Amino acid sequence: MSVSGNPAVPDGPTGTENRTERSRMPATRPLHLAAEIGGPPRYDAASHVALARLAEGGALDFVTLRDSFARPGLDAAAVLARVAPETARVGLVPTLTTTHTEPFHVSSAVATLDWVSRGRAGWHADVSTTEAEARLFGRRPAAPAPALWQEAGEVADVVARLWDSWEDDAEIRSVATGRFVDRDKLHHIDFEGSTFSVKGPAIVPRPPQGRPVTVIDATTAPAGRVAARHADVVYVRASSPEQAAALRAEVHRSAARHGRDPQAVRVLVALTVDLGDAETAPEPGLESGPQLAGHGTYFRGGPVDLAELITQWYRAGAVDGFHLTPLSPARDLERIVNGTVALLQHRSLFRTFYPGGTLREHLGLTRPANRYAAPRTEAAS
Amino acid sequence: MKQMHLAAHFPGVNSTTVWADPRSGSQIDFASFEHLARTAERGKFDFFFLAEGLRLREHNGRIHDLDVVGRPESLTLLNALAAVTDRLGLAATVNATFNEPYELARRLATLDHLSEGRAAWNVVTSSDAFTGENFRRGGYLDRADRYTRAAEFVATARELWDSWTPDGTPRPFAHTGRHFDISGEFTVPRSPQGHPVVIQAGDSDEGREFAASAADVIFTRHGTLEAGQAFYADVKARLAKYGRRPGDLTIMPGVTVVLGDTDAEAQENATEIRHLQVSPQNALLALEQVWGRDLSSYDPDGPLPDIDPDPESDLVQGRVKVADPLAVAAKWRALSEAKGLSIRQTVVEATARQSFIGSPRTVAGELEAFVEAEAADGFILVPHLTPGGLDDFVDRVVPLLQERGSFRSEYTGTTLRSHLGHAEPVWKG
Ligand SMILES: Cc1cc2nc3c(=O)[nH]c(=O)nc-3n(C[C@H](O)[C@H](O)[C@H](O)COP(=O)(O)O)c2cc1C
Repeated sequence: MSVSGNPAVPDGPTGTENRTERSRMPATRPLHLAAEIGGPPRYDAASHVALARLAEGGALDFVTLRDSFARPGLDAAAVLARVAPETARVGLVPTLTTTHTEPFHVSSAVATLDWVSRGRAGWHADVSTTEAEARLFGRRPAAPAPALWQEAGEVADVVARLWDSWEDDAEIRSVATGRFVDRDKLHHIDFEGSTFSVKGPAIVPRPPQGRPVTVIDATTAPAGRVAARHADVVYVRASSPEQAAALRAEVHRSAARHGRDPQAVRVLVALTVDLGDAETAPEPGLESGPQLAGHGTYFRGGPVDLAELITQWYRAGAVDGFHLTPLSPARDLERIVNGTVALLQHRSLFRTFYPGGTLREHLGLTRPANRYAAPRTEAAS
Repeated sequence: MKQMHLAAHFPGVNSTTVWADPRSGSQIDFASFEHLARTAERGKFDFFFLAEGLRLREHNGRIHDLDVVGRPESLTLLNALAAVTDRLGLAATVNATFNEPYELARRLATLDHLSEGRAAWNVVTSSDAFTGENFRRGGYLDRADRYTRAAEFVATARELWDSWTPDGTPRPFAHTGRHFDISGEFTVPRSPQGHPVVIQAGDSDEGREFAASAADVIFTRHGTLEAGQAFYADVKARLAKYGRRPGDLTIMPGVTVVLGDTDAEAQENATEIRHLQVSPQNALLALEQVWGRDLSSYDPDGPLPDIDPDPESDLVQGRVKVADPLAVAAKWRALSEAKGLSIRQTVVEATARQSFIGSPRTVAGELEAFVEAEAADGFILVPHLTPGGLDDFVDRVVPLLQERGSFRSEYTGTTLRSHLGHAEPVWKG
């Protein structure tokens, strides 16, 4: 395993101000930051709007809202749709599960989120493995994770095909011929999966981003295979920059094996962060003990410590960025934005405003060409 | 004077919408939805309404391209609209055949929470193998099965909506029935309206019975005075059987309004709009929908075909079939012969659906007369232009209704249920 390029790789997450001052330099690839705004269930719009706006104030790439049928909480895609008109730039990435939901509805909902947010939507694909969730639907028994992830891969595939099933210029409004659309630019997708089939085309026109961003947490092996094939953003769990770099290299390799450009995948380290009550906790750093919050590696410390860790891992060339799950968003997100992010901005490691308008632009991902469109003269890259 | 209820139907995938007009805006940009919703709220409307279609319509095996094609997914869009409106009810059409109760009840309860009590669900049951090709469950249900499934679906959703205790603790639920066998815990506390408002749109005997037993609002096509009165009497009479009173079910036909400074000018405007709605291509298509045959070689400005309709045809997919094509064809021929009309002129006359045409004062009076005559409790207005199609109505007709005391000048409550004058449903533990 090798860690790329940067000679000033620090060896632990305990750096000081002095060290970072010395190594301030332009980064080759921009740093990406995202934050979860869930946490204990809240059933109102205002608290979600407030957290999303806070994240937007810090110019974060996107906020996520986790969801599951297994615990109390509102439908996450709905909440972020409610948030969309009250924010302007921040990406909006709800979790949608693929096990019990119709793939056609997943595609329509995320496409619509992209329309109402004017190009800021993504979705975090997840599966429902428990018998309890299966009983809520009564349609199929619980199944092992590998089978469900195999299906999730097919859902991710079909969802993206449906987004492509309308070419961008399908709407023509030709008064002379009386036609609203050019139906040669609408495509049946005729997808035959192992557990479902979908005819298409989509009922929603191709969304502003072409394809909203697909996010997958690759911390388990079956999810990792699907991520390498279908995800634009991949979460990995690491407790050292070396481990993160190795995981990223592995994601890149398997993406390439699926014929994808590894540079079109962003690998974010998932951290659960506990910024505690003090500016600096007695022993900041990564906890090696049992996972307390279940999402990514557990970090405990102050906002400055977190900025140190991000700086060091990023400068080590180990990651594209971080997905942060605050232990208590109402408390910690403010510290992340006004403490951690402000410091990263001060060090010129993180953007201070959004140069682009869409989530793909924040992530440095191009708008994908449409697989069903006849090739144009200048090929899209 | 009796109070009427008003709703705004977003124009789109239907033959009412005129997309070729230079004023016609985007059918998909959020700004269009925001415009119409804000207009409706400015007019103190009861609710904003979105239709649904889960497969693009096809004609002769190809995507139907003459009307608007494509629209957003209703619930996601309405959650966004909840952010830019304050009092307006938000109604989504969602199919009961291609959804599951747990998930949809959750999405509806979520909208009710996020909009602070403004959610409504138009329960539709349309199901055919054609639409089923987009879904896991696939297939086809006949009408009886569709409505037993819909009734059990709504009943199950109500069990879920009631499943938390008043102090906010989830209680386990279990539902076992013919269509659903589910159990567990709901993830959402009881929502501000108790249950989102339930709307039904369907006209058969089964549909009416379902509405009488379970719906708060009916969306109907019976927009003429006589047909409206017959429908109104029929449906209201069904309520007693379910221990419900006439006021518990609000009957709202979908109607169109054409305004002018004078009645004569409004008539001219109406004719112009009809011709925009029935393009030469649309005229042939309307004919093919009745005849069930490929008539593309006919001249829209020429006479009707001599051949008879094919009642067994499957030329048209994804929309409600013409019930008795032979009878419709006979009627159209008679009309064409009597007045010497071409194909296009015949279609323009025969499919005219403009319900209220006149000056603002005339239209206001007619709307009130409908309500007084028990042909309706209110109206779902279907404009022909996106997104400005109700601007005139709200600016010119609503103030008259308000002046005459037949429509609210301010919202008195915050929930859609309160606008409709319906009580919160009993919380069944
Ligand atoms: C006014 C009206 C509006 C309707 N809107 C929709 C709609 O948006 N989407 C849909 O799938 N079906 C819609 N339907 C179809 C009905 O839900 C129902 O499936 C259809 O009318 C057949 O049922 P029936 O035999 O009881 O009439 C509508 C029906 C009516 C009368």
